[in-house]
Amino acid sequence: MSYFLVIATTVVIYAVLSVGLNIAVGYAGQPHLAQGAFLGIGAYMVAVFSTRYGLSFWLCVLIAIVVTALSGFVLGVISLRLRDDFLAIVTIGLNFVVVAIFQYVPWFGGATGVYAIPLPSIGGHEFGNPEFLLLGLVMLAISVAVSGYISRTWLGLGLASIRDDELASASSGTPVASFKIAAFVVASAIAGMAGALYAPFLSAVTPTSFGFTESIVMLAMVMFGGVGTIRGAILGAIVLGALPEAFRFVSDYRLLIFGAILVLVLRFQPHGIIGTDSAAANAWKRLFSRPPKTEYDASCNDAASAMSVAVHGEPEQPGDGKD
Amino acid sequence: MFPALVDGVTVGALYALLALGPSLVYGLLRVLDVANAAALVLGAYLGVTLFRHGLPWWLGALGGMAGAAILGLLLQRFLYRPLLDRGPLVVLVASIGIFIALEEAFRLIWGPYPYQFPVNVPLPHGTIAGTPVTGVQVLMLVIGVVILLGSWWVLGHTRLGFTWRATAQDRETARAMGINVNRVIAGIFATGYALAALAGVLFAIRYNTVTPDMGDVPAYKMLAIIVLGGLGNPMGTILAAFVIGLAESVVNTYWGFILPRDTIAFLVLIAILLIRPAGLLPKGVTRA
Repeated sequence: MSYFLVIATTVVIYAVLSVGLNIAVGYAGQPHLAQGAFLGIGAYMVAVFSTRYGLSFWLCVLIAIVVTALSGFVLGVISLRLRDDFLAIVTIGLNFVVVAIFQYVPWFGGATGVYAIPLPSIGGHEFGNPEFLLLGLVMLAISVAVSGYISRTWLGLGLASIRDDELASASSGTPVASFKIAAFVVASAIAGMAGALYAPFLSAVTPTSFGFTESIVMLAMVMFGGVGTIRGAILGAIVLGALPEAFRFVSDYRLLIFGAILVLVLRFQPHGIIGTDSAAANAWKRLFSRPPKTEYDASCNDAASAMSVAVHGEPEQPGDGKD
Repeated sequence: MFPALVDGVTVGALYALLALGPSLVYGLLRVLDVANAAALVLGAYLGVTLFRHGLPWWLGALGGMAGAAILGLLLQRFLYRPLLDRGPLVVLVASIGIFIALEEAFRLIWGPYPYQFPVNVPLPHGTIAGTPVTGVQVLMLVIGVVILLGSWWVLGHTRLGFTWRATAQDRETARAMGINVNRVIAGIFATGYALAALAGVLFAIRYNTVTPDMGDVPAYKMLAIIVLGGLGNPMGTILAAFVIGLAESVVNTYWGFILPRDTIAFLVLIAILLIRPAGLLPKGVTRA
């Protein structure tokens, strides 16, 4: 049972991270391959401040969120100056720089990291596995709420327009700079929050556990489920987060299977497993958007389009077929 | 000063070998190909395997290059070309995925323990100004010069380079002018992967070790170098390779920098990109 709780908590933490990452990658369309580094910054803040300065866990969570939000702000400012591939590579580089800082700056505990991180407690009651899972679920609820709220505001709309065409978006009055920075700040702050839970959950942090591989795993989760959707990010975290456990009996093949699944999904289901316009989402629409027999429903519009898809085949994407 | 310079230039030559392929690929397809670094690992393993079966090291290197070229052909045909319409980020992540999977496959095939690659390259060696220079370092220097002059000549003065530039400038028009675009892409992948395999063999001989994860750091450093050179600009890439190689060696030797060698490349990269957001030599042949 406790083994199950540990895996469940890990998966939930990954879900928080990928929901956050989805704001930068999915909503704003920015290449962001450094979420692992922000997880690390959050985790290290809690680790250092709670072990060395004896601050309470809840205060440390606040510090972690503030510091990661500030780091996200810096990345956001950088993102204004760099586009696409350049930004992707700078975020890759950030992983290495952050890990090296953890490794070589003595304040962060050097190569051995920080050990014996005290367990959080609430009202004198010390955390056990169930409490970690519960707090993780609360954090997931917060990140889903924030992310869902953003997608319904001007910020979400503006980010979507930046994703589709930054120039056109800017010329129709979107404050591109502040919106982009906001996306990075929120994505990073959520990572910091997850990291704050991660550190006491593991009870120790080491520099190498927050490197590029972690960032890739998180981006893979977002892309696996379907970029731009909360459900996709969560599904990706569940499948790819639980996968290493499910395949423990073939532990030699874990990374091989991970890489292969990622490549196969991108190759054959580029919209993710349940993302917008993915095969599964379209099938779902075809199945469940028929007008119900008992009452008239507004979804018959969807059904009509689904019918026309069924009759005439998938509509051509504007970019397709030119090559 | 001299040991650091020799080290920097020879390592820079390896970086140039590794990064030239993906730089040419970027010029053609506007995608970043991390999996190119898997060719480095594959080349080293094939090379050391052939070497242990009694073949001379240079035949092992040729075998490794051939194997890597086949890998490149397969990847471009079955992974990259179908993904081209999906946008650069999808291709980048897919290439990282295939890189991870390939490295694991190599680990399963050849085992997790390092292989030794004890070769004395029979080239004139000795000490220059008190600095020992080994045969393989001489070879790396020679290859570096050959790569620099060779790509300048091939890209600028041969039919092959002409078709590459035409395709990089405008794939559609190049096709309309009768260039077999798919064959150009395939040829670039095969060449790039073979060069990376050569870099892998030289790396393995230089440090006398072959491990499954020997491609990790070069992979991301390779990206830094391509960006620094001004994406899709082969000559800029080669220049950037030597700049990064020298910067690492000199900074490491003289300032005793607090961060490790492998981080310097990224700090240099981030600093330069923030000053020059399009790389060192932004006006590449592809920016017409």
